[in-house]
Amino acid sequence: MHIVDRRLNPSGKNLANRQRFMRRAKSQIRKAVHESAGSRSIKDADEGGEVVLPAQGVHEPSFRRSGSGGIRDHLLPGNKEYIAGDTIQRPPGGEGGSGSEGSPDGEGEDDFRFALSREEFVDLFLEDLELPDLAKRRVVNAEALVYHRAGYSVSGSPANLALNRTVRNSLSRRIALHRPKPEELQALRDAIEALNPDDDVKRRALEEELARKQRRTGVIPYIDPLDVRYRRFESHPKPVAQAVMFCLMDVSGSMTEHMKDLAKRFYVLLYIFLKRRYKNVEVVFIRHTHQASEVDEETFFNSPETGGTVVSTALEEMQRVIDERYSPDSWNIYAAQASDGDNTASDNDKTAALLTQVILPACQYYAYLEVGRDSEHFPPGFIRRDSDLWQTYSTIIKNGAPMAMRKVGHRRDIYPVFRELFAKKTGAEAAAE
Amino acid sequence: MSTTLIRAERPLFEGADWEFGTIQRCHDEIEKVALQDMGLNVYTNQIEVIGTEQMLDAYSSIGMPLFYKHWSFGKHFSRHEAMYRAGMQGLAYEIVINSNPCISYIMEENTATMQTLVIAHAAFGHNHFFKNNYLFQQWTDANGILDYLEFAKDYITSCEERYGEVAVERLLDAAHALMSHAVHKYPRKRATDLRTEEKRERERREHDEKVFNDLWRTVPGKENIRHDPTAAEQRKALLELPQENILYFMEKSAPRLAPWQREILRIVRIIAQYFYPQSQTKVMNEGCATYTHYTIMNRLHEKGLLTDGAMVEFLSSHTNVVFQPEFDDRRYSGLNPYALGFAMMQDIERICTLPTAEDRQWFPHIAGCNDHMNVLRDVWANYRDESFILQYLSPRLVRHFGLFHIVDDASEPNMRVEAIHDERGYRKIKQALAKQYDVSWNAADIQVVDVNLAGDRRLILHHRALNRVLLEEKDARMVLQHLADLWGYDVLMKEIDPGTEAVMKEHAASPRPGIVTIEPK
Repeated sequence: MHIVDRRLNPSGKNLANRQRFMRRAKSQIRKAVHESAGSRSIKDADEGGEVVLPAQGVHEPSFRRSGSGGIRDHLLPGNKEYIAGDTIQRPPGGEGGSGSEGSPDGEGEDDFRFALSREEFVDLFLEDLELPDLAKRRVVNAEALVYHRAGYSVSGSPANLALNRTVRNSLSRRIALHRPKPEELQALRDAIEALNPDDDVKRRALEEELARKQRRTGVIPYIDPLDVRYRRFESHPKPVAQAVMFCLMDVSGSMTEHMKDLAKRFYVLLYIFLKRRYKNVEVVFIRHTHQASEVDEETFFNSPETGGTVVSTALEEMQRVIDERYSPDSWNIYAAQASDGDNTASDNDKTAALLTQVILPACQYYAYLEVGRDSEHFPPGFIRRDSDLWQTYSTIIKNGAPMAMRKVGHRRDIYPVFRELFAKKTGAEAAAE
Repeated sequence: MSTTLIRAERPLFEGADWEFGTIQRCHDEIEKVALQDMGLNVYTNQIEVIGTEQMLDAYSSIGMPLFYKHWSFGKHFSRHEAMYRAGMQGLAYEIVINSNPCISYIMEENTATMQTLVIAHAAFGHNHFFKNNYLFQQWTDANGILDYLEFAKDYITSCEERYGEVAVERLLDAAHALMSHAVHKYPRKRATDLRTEEKRERERREHDEKVFNDLWRTVPGKENIRHDPTAAEQRKALLELPQENILYFMEKSAPRLAPWQREILRIVRIIAQYFYPQSQTKVMNEGCATYTHYTIMNRLHEKGLLTDGAMVEFLSSHTNVVFQPEFDDRRYSGLNPYALGFAMMQDIERICTLPTAEDRQWFPHIAGCNDHMNVLRDVWANYRDESFILQYLSPRLVRHFGLFHIVDDASEPNMRVEAIHDERGYRKIKQALAKQYDVSWNAADIQVVDVNLAGDRRLILHHRALNRVLLEEKDARMVLQHLADLWGYDVLMKEIDPGTEAVMKEHAASPRPGIVTIEPK
C-alpha cells in the first residue's frame, strides 16, 4: 500500500478549464457583471463576487427521455395507506409524486451561480476601456526587480544547482583524465578470475593494472567541486509606469451631498481603472472654494466649507503640486474635476488660460464631470443655460485638447459615463478626433 | 468467523487527529479483516490525501486524476465550488478510481475515524467490487486506464495546438452530447486493452506520415461508381446498420471528418465505455462498499482497535449514509442506493444465517447455508443492479421499505397503485424495481437506421419511444444539431411508437459550418 500526499501538488489544476468556460460564457458573464455592477455599491466594485448566469447558455444537451407523457412506473418507499388498485390524483406539475425524476442526472435548469475572483471581475468590468496615452515609463529605484537567467556560476545556493551542467562537466573531466570506468574494472576482475591459475606472469600484470586503475579511480573523483555549476540569475530593474490622479472638487455651499457622492463614485472608478494599468498610483485631493488646498481623502469628501467659487485656484494648486512632486516627465498625470458648474464670472478666462497653457500640456487626460441634482426638472419651455464652466471648457475642447466632459445627474449614470469616457476608440473614431 | 478474539492492547488511535502512521496502521488492520475474515480480493491500494480544491477538481473531471481540458469541466468546477462555498453542499469523504493500483482519494479534513471508514469503504469495498464484478471485467481495463487518460489528454492537447482550441472544443461539444449513446451494449468477445489502443493510434499516425504522398491527390477519381439497385441490404450490412452506438458510427462512417477528429470521437467513446458499468451497478457497488465498511468497523471495534467514541462517530455517519426518506418526506429524492444496497447485503447475510420460513421458500438455494461471505462474494462478482434486485430483493425488505408501485399513464386521468408490499405485490414490485435499474429500459433507445448514400446523404435515426415517452425536445434538437455537424449532411430523427410503428414526432437538423473541414468530393 502506498500513501501519497497530494496536498502539496500545485493548485489551480482546473484553471485552464475555467478559462475555457469563461471564454465560452463570456458574453453572458459580461452582461451579468454589468448588471451586478449597477446593483452593488461602487465602493466594492472591485471586489470579486458571484454572478448569476442563465443556465441555457452553458447547457450541455443529451438525448434524454422527456419528464412527462407516456406511461411511467414509479417505485416509492414508505407506503402507509395505499392498497393495490387505488387511484391517486396527479400532483400538480405532473411529477407523479416522485421528486426529481424529471431530471435523472440531477442537473436542474436553475440559473447558474458563478463566483468570479476580484481580478476576473475587474477585468470584465473595465473590459474594452483604455487609458489614453500610457506612454511614460520610468525606472524607479525600488519596487520591481525581475530576475532573468544569466548563464551559470561556480557559486550559488544548492537550490540552484544546475545538475545537467554539473554532470556534463564531470563527464568531460573524467574522460579527459582517463578515469577508469566501472565496467573496465569489472572486466579486469573478470579476466583475473578467468585466468589459468598457473599463469602467474599474466596474473601479476593484470593485478598491477587493476591496482593502478583502482588508484586512479580513487584519485580522480566522480564529481569534483570543480564541476559544480549553479544557475545564475541577474536582477534587472523593471521600468514601472506610474500615475498620479488629481481629484479636483468644488466644495462650496452649492455642492450638495448628493453631488459629492456622485463625484466620489466617479473618482473611485477612475482609481480602480488606473490601479489596474499602473503599479504605482498616487492620488492627490484638491478642494476649492474661492481658495484651494490639498487635503486628505477624509477631509476632501466630508468636511464642509463655505465661500465663493473660484476654479482657477484649484488649478493653481494643482500646478504647484505637480511642480513640487510629480514631474510630468516621469509621471502619467490624470485629473478629474467635479463641480456643479458654477464659477465666478470674472475667473473664467483665467481658468481657461491656466488649463490650456499649464495643466493640459502636463496631463495625460483631463475629465470634467458636471454633477447635477438627482431629479432636476424644469418648468416646460425653460431652456437650461449651460453653466459657466461648461461653456468655458467647451471652447477648449473644440480646439482638440485631451479633455472630456460629461454631465451626470444620477448614480446609475456614473458607470455608463465612465465607460463612454474611456471606451476604446475604433480606428475610424480615433482618426476623426 | 471462527477466529478467537484477541483484544488489542491499544486502539489504533484516540481523538480525531491522524498522521500518515495512523493511516498505515488503520490500513493494515483493515486489510487483515478484509482479506482474512471476509476473503476479499483487491487490487493493491494507493491512498492519496487531498485538499478541498483537489476534491473539487476531481468532482469536475468525473473523478479521474487527469483529464483532457474542456469548458464543461470548468463549469462543473465552478458550480460545485459555488455551492460548496455557500455551504449548500458538503464534499464527499473519498473518491475511488477503478484502476490498478486502485487509487482512493481521502480528504485531509476527515477525522481519524472517518479516514478508517473511508479506507474500509473505498480501498476495500469498492476495490473488491471493481476487481471482481463481471461488468467491470468485461468493460473496463483497470491496468490501462491511467495511461490511456494520459494519452487522451496529450493527444487532445496536441490537437488543440495543431488545429486550434475552437475546433477541438466544437468537436468535443458534439462528442459529449452523444456520449450517452456511445457504448456497444453487446460487445464482441474481445478483452479491452487500453495500452494497445494507444499504441495503435501512434502507429497509425506514423504510418500515415510515412506513406504520405501528395501525388495521390492529383490522381483522377473513378469516373462512375456502379449503382446496384438491390444495394440497400448490402449497404446496411457494410455500414453495420442499424447501429445504436452513434459515436462509433460517426467515428467510422461520417464522410467528412478528419482523422484526428475520428480519433477524438474514439477517445470520448472509450471513456464513456469505461464508465458504462458504473451506471449499472450503483446499488450493488455502494451496497458492497457499505456492507464491507460496516463489517470491518464492527470487527475492529470488537478487537478493541476502535474506541467507543470512534464507534459512535462512525455509527452516526453510517446512519446518515444509509438513511432512506419516505416518498412524502421533503428530503425524498429517489431511492438511496446506499440504503437499498446495504439493506440487501445485510438481508442476504440474515437469510444465510437466520432464515425464516418465508426465506426458505423464496431463497431455497442460500437460506440457512451459514456461509454468507461466500454467497455475497458470488453476488458481487456475477450480478448487476437489475439482475441482483430481481434475484435477491426479499419480501421482508419490500415490507421494510414499504415499497409500492404506481403506474402513471398520461392518457388516463389518475395514477394507479399497481402493487404494494403484500403477498400479491412482492413479485410485481421486484420486477418493476429491477426494471428501473435496467439501462436498456432507462436510456432512450436510439439507433442509426439508414443513410441515403446515393442521394443527399441524409442520415436517418429512429427513437423507439418505449411506453410512448418522447425525448426532451429542446435537448434532442440541440444534440441532433451536433450530430448533423459531425455528419456533415442533414440528419432526420423519427420518434416511433414501438407498439403501432407509427411516427410520433420528427426532428431534423442541417449541419452548420465549422466542424467538418473536408470538402465533399
